[in-house]
Amino acid sequence: MPERDDIVGTSPLRKEGRAKVLGQAKYIDDLSLPGMWHGATVRSSIARGRIGAIHFAPEVDWSQFAIVRANDIPGENTIVHLTKDHLCLAADMVNHPEEPILLLAHQEKAALLAGVAGVRIEYDELPGVFTIEESEAAVANNDVDRIVWEGSEYGGTANCFKQYVLYSGEAKETEDGLAAAFEAADYIVEGEYHTGAQEQLYIEPNGVVAECEKDEKGNVVSVCVRGSMQCPYYLVHALTLVFGLPEEKCRAIQTETGGAFGGKEDFPSVIGTHAALLAMKCGHPVKMIYDRAEDMAATTKRHPSRTRHRTAVSKDGKLLACEIDIALDGGAYATLSPVVLSRATIHAPGPYKWRYVRVRAKAMATNLPPHGAFRGFGAPQSLFALERHMDKVARVVAISPEELRRRNFLATGDRTATGQLLTEPVDMRHLLARALEESDYYAKLARFAQENRGSAIKRGLGIAAFMHGSGFTGSGERRLNSVVAVELLADGRPQILVSSTEFGQGTNTILCQVAAQTLRIPYEQVVIAQPDTALVPDSGPTVASRTAMVIGKLVERASAQLLEKLRIESGLPEDHTPEQFTQAALAYLNAHGELRCSVRYEPVRPVEWNDELFHGDAYPAYAWAVYVAEVAVDLNTYSASLTRFDAMQEVGKIMHPVLARGQIEGGVAQGIGYALYEKCVWKDGRMMNNQMTNYIMPTSADLPEIHVYFEEVPSVHGPCGAKGIGELPMDGPAPAILNAIENATGLGFDSIPLLPEDIFEKAHSFTDPAHGGSEDLDPEKLGEFLPEVNA
Amino acid sequence: MRASLQMTVNGEQRRVDVPPIKRLLDVLREDLDLTGTKEGCGEGECGACAVLMDGELVNSCLIPALQANGARLCTIEGVSTEGRLHPIQQCFLENGGAQCGICTPGMILATHHLLEKHPKPTLEQIQEGLAGNLCRCTGYMRIFEAVRKAAEAQNAV
Repeated sequence: MPERDDIVGTSPLRKEGRAKVLGQAKYIDDLSLPGMWHGATVRSSIARGRIGAIHFAPEVDWSQFAIVRANDIPGENTIVHLTKDHLCLAADMVNHPEEPILLLAHQEKAALLAGVAGVRIEYDELPGVFTIEESEAAVANNDVDRIVWEGSEYGGTANCFKQYVLYSGEAKETEDGLAAAFEAADYIVEGEYHTGAQEQLYIEPNGVVAECEKDEKGNVVSVCVRGSMQCPYYLVHALTLVFGLPEEKCRAIQTETGGAFGGKEDFPSVIGTHAALLAMKCGHPVKMIYDRAEDMAATTKRHPSRTRHRTAVSKDGKLLACEIDIALDGGAYATLSPVVLSRATIHAPGPYKWRYVRVRAKAMATNLPPHGAFRGFGAPQSLFALERHMDKVARVVAISPEELRRRNFLATGDRTATGQLLTEPVDMRHLLARALEESDYYAKLARFAQENRGSAIKRGLGIAAFMHGSGFTGSGERRLNSVVAVELLADGRPQILVSSTEFGQGTNTILCQVAAQTLRIPYEQVVIAQPDTALVPDSGPTVASRTAMVIGKLVERASAQLLEKLRIESGLPEDHTPEQFTQAALAYLNAHGELRCSVRYEPVRPVEWNDELFHGDAYPAYAWAVYVAEVAVDLNTYSASLTRFDAMQEVGKIMHPVLARGQIEGGVAQGIGYALYEKCVWKDGRMMNNQMTNYIMPTSADLPEIHVYFEEVPSVHGPCGAKGIGELPMDGPAPAILNAIENATGLGFDSIPLLPEDIFEKAHSFTDPAHGGSEDLDPEKLGEFLPEVNA
Repeated sequence: MRASLQMTVNGEQRRVDVPPIKRLLDVLREDLDLTGTKEGCGEGECGACAVLMDGELVNSCLIPALQANGARLCTIEGVSTEGRLHPIQQCFLENGGAQCGICTPGMILATHHLLEKHPKPTLEQIQEGLAGNLCRCTGYMRIFEAVRKAAEAQNAV
């Protein structure tokens, strides 16, 4: 039977694209319900303390407001994640600036400003901790006043949400092996690396519209929240606890979502329950839309990190052993920090073959707003450290950065640091060779070295090699137990039912491609339902690079079942035409009323994972990549900019070339922002630059040409061989860029974001007589453009 | 205080009775029900609310309604004709220029403005012309491609 294979792998028009280019797509703020009120949040003005008296300004007509406090919550006062330490509304204590304390609703949106300003809260202020180091110091000094988090039923210790230790083998044997390897090593290379917080900066801020139905006694019967979100069933779960209602009485509907990047994974549970509480209180639907300043100040960001590396290496550049210590700043509540930490831990040893590995990782509590999910989810932090460190190791051993990597790459049949056997083909050497060739690496290295002499513009190249696991970690997919359905609509078209959401990345389009190809009908004939938990099954959250691979595979299976049903029951011939499909579908519906094929997650191959020991098959499949950054550093202005970027990756079968390129280019752009532009400025736990005016993301004028290349190695785990793609491109740009800056200037930097003032300071401090000089600095490279020596 | 203002919106005469300092963005979205114009930042940084006012590209979140009195406005709803996509819209759709779509209306109007000024734009002119419109999804490369294709399509007519 000839396969219809001309849909997956082509680039049909994005399903909801027409509505988007016409401006007709309805985002949450475009929605208005009859009688709708507007909601706002009164937030803590301090980082940590006890809540005292609350005063309401007499000049405000409070009779026109609905006011919700913690004691109005009918169920549990909690935003559930892995544990319940995170309150829906602060009751007695606040633990970070901008923590929600009180909610207001009013018929007129304009009245809310005066309402929020009219609430004055007294506090009994307590000392806080605002960095990883301060949090650690409180524990080390047993400074009980600064123990800001005590542990939970999910685990954790004072000021520490979670700790992991990953050993490449059995613990004792690995410790002995490490000791022996460091003893025998020709070189031991150490380094410490830091990354800052990063704002997701979706262009559409968080927002929802909530409705609440009550019985005649005033008890809540059901709640429904529409909004911009990634994970409708996470919100349902949050609502069941806050309202004490069964799941079927809590409904979440995703509206068109204007970007998410992880920032709408867990946060809609906060704003969604808040708006629903206001709807309960005022008896009207309530719309809550954060403005940009509130969204930036109060919602989640990427975890800041500190990673220490200690590496044993032989003189011929063989990586023998590594000890890696990771610390993340989790903010004030545990939220998703343990899982972000898990991904950081597993990705820390990178795409290299090590004999002995020990990774110790911890997520610390601070009095910052909780950090959360952001594309990459811990991996960008640990891969930044690793890939900067690899350049350092190469320099110590005196071989080229690419040669060091080439000598140590994991390959097919090897085991990763968690002991996972790589059964599917992995060819990092080929990816590296192609990336160097496409970027014209060697010719440019030689040319730049020549041209840089006598020029204030220093140009250079840097590489990063990395991988990203697709899907939930270890047994996570098994626990999610996702369900996907494909049904027939009354007109005979198949409709996909999933809770997987579209927020720009292309979920709607690729899932319809998979169904169309499996059903052997045109793409245009397939429909996908808007995620509404009253209608679609729980196919899990739209996160973790899992949608294409895991959900795509389930759509493939459900579609195959539906096709089989039509073949057997309605006599649909092999090699059918689209018209025959519709006829068979209608015939089936006539005879049976409906057809809905539902499938549940089954691992393609058994997944062996030990959560306690952090050992086994961490992910079903990995995407692999080598990126090359080309930079120019202007020693007049000390600004660094990208002049070209080459992104080479293997993500399995490319389902939709245009969308796939878009994913890589968009991720690289965010990675460039992470490295060179996006700095969160903190003061006592509060973000001080919570505006687009002074938190700078790359514009169209800031980015170089981004060249994207794919090697296609089909994986058994995804539909038609696809693997995850969404997060991968976030992991590589930052280390590649800092490696390139070092290549250009001789200045080695180990922290991001790296701003012109940081480059200035380092270049300047070298020539300051008070400074002992920098071990990283190669004066040859800066030449006569070194700053004037202070007399 | 309210003012009775009139403006030509997408070719139609419209009259609104609004506070004179109400943001043009809110007049469009709330009083004229033209929700294709989006709010991303409310401070003129992101360009999601961009519209054409007397042929100039403006951020409607920074324009008081009074300033638009008597003006000729074009919003995303006025770019297509009778449901037929404008070549710019078609090229954004075909080339992956729209991902999440929230910046798309402003981006399409910025492209419209750019191609009026530079029918055959260089890459630098495209980068410069769109620099006031932030996109967090695409990394801009697919948008540049869409603009180049739209320029070709317009020049071919």
